[in-house]
Amino acid sequence: MSGSKPIMRLLRLREFPIFQQLQVEERLLRDTQCNWCIINDGTAPPSIVMGISGKPELLLDVRAVIQDQVPVIRRFSGGGTVIVNSDTVFVTIICNRDAVPNLSLYPHPIMRWTEQLYAPVFEGVPGFQLREHDYVLGSLKFGGNAQSIIKNRWLHHTSFLWDYDNIQMQYLKLPSKAPSYRLARPHGDFICRLKDYLPSRDLFLQTIVSALQVHFIVQGSTIDDTGQNMPSKSPRTTKILTSVQLDSFLTDCNPKV
Amino acid sequence: MALRAMAAQAATVLRLSSQPRIAKPLIIPLSLRYSTVPEDLKYSASHEWVKVEGDTATIGITDHAAHELGDVVFADLPESGTSVHKGKPFAVVESVKAASDVYSPVSGEVIDFNEVVKSTPATVNKGPFVEGWLIKVKLLDKSELESLLDAAKYREHIESSGH
Repeated sequence: MSGSKPIMRLLRLREFPIFQQLQVEERLLRDTQCNWCIINDGTAPPSIVMGISGKPELLLDVRAVIQDQVPVIRRFSGGGTVIVNSDTVFVTIICNRDAVPNLSLYPHPIMRWTEQLYAPVFEGVPGFQLREHDYVLGSLKFGGNAQSIIKNRWLHHTSFLWDYDNIQMQYLKLPSKAPSYRLARPHGDFICRLKDYLPSRDLFLQTIVSALQVHFIVQGSTIDDTGQNMPSKSPRTTKILTSVQLDSFLTDCNPKV
Repeated sequence: MALRAMAAQAATVLRLSSQPRIAKPLIIPLSLRYSTVPEDLKYSASHEWVKVEGDTATIGITDHAAHELGDVVFADLPESGTSVHKGKPFAVVESVKAASDVYSPVSGEVIDFNEVVKSTPATVNKGPFVEGWLIKVKLLDKSELESLLDAAKYREHIESSGH
């Protein structure tokens, strides 16, 4: 079977709620043995998604989040905090150890491989690279990455900023740990909109699928194929923070003037 | 002509004898440049170590794993009283942007977890084999230790994994 590509099951979603998406992903990573790619074109309602160790009191304007009733999710993977909505494009790759030959299942090698994966998608767009742990165009970040690695499988998911709402970005505080190239820039000066660089959203999604086909035999799947309603074999980490939990972080915040 | 030939021959001999002895380069496998592997521990193929003292096992991740993961920024450790099972995940560590499972090399009951690692996760990188231990376990079945790797076999494992 030398030279044959592994199969990648592709799940295309649109405006699928991000909390449910993360639950599906966690299940596919832990309870299945297939390679998967999930592409979710937008999500609703707008939500804040923190990494596994995210602390709302440090990362969010908690008062504003509570006041505006923005859902806050703590996901199972690492990484930082994003606010996502219908302008966000999500791409998740879940692979077995042998799906990518000679890939070491640690963060940096996986990240570098994804840079190779996405390079054709941004061909002709100046400045695309993996910089520290972010996808950037020059010094402007356009995608947030996170990973979850288990014994013989790995997951890498990205939230691409097709567009974003400046007002919603204000829910996010400047994190204490930021990449060195950020140079303490506020969100608006640190990130960019892919719609300003790519001709169309549909074409963007299509080129992602084409990029996958370089490495995998891509087979379409449906949400029913994920077995999302089946009982989980292992504990789930992805949670929505309750209003009681969010209220408890208010004591750590400076009151709004 | 003969004298010239002799001179040339002598020069050749002299050049050869005066060549500095070129030591063979010491080829250190890339993985071992970064990895300490203490002799007195046992190891799992998933890069955890075990130190057994009586019926108690102390467990952590190896220097190799700590280096490959990068700076550990978070460790989710089990509470005392939790059961752990050989080959099953018992903890999650976060580094860079990744949450990575940590697998127990043995089965038993957690009798202690490292508070220092919980409050200062970088301790794992600073001293993976000493101050960076993760949990202590009361062993359920000591025979499980027999299937773990000794230091030499663990080094081979790192080599063969291509790290």
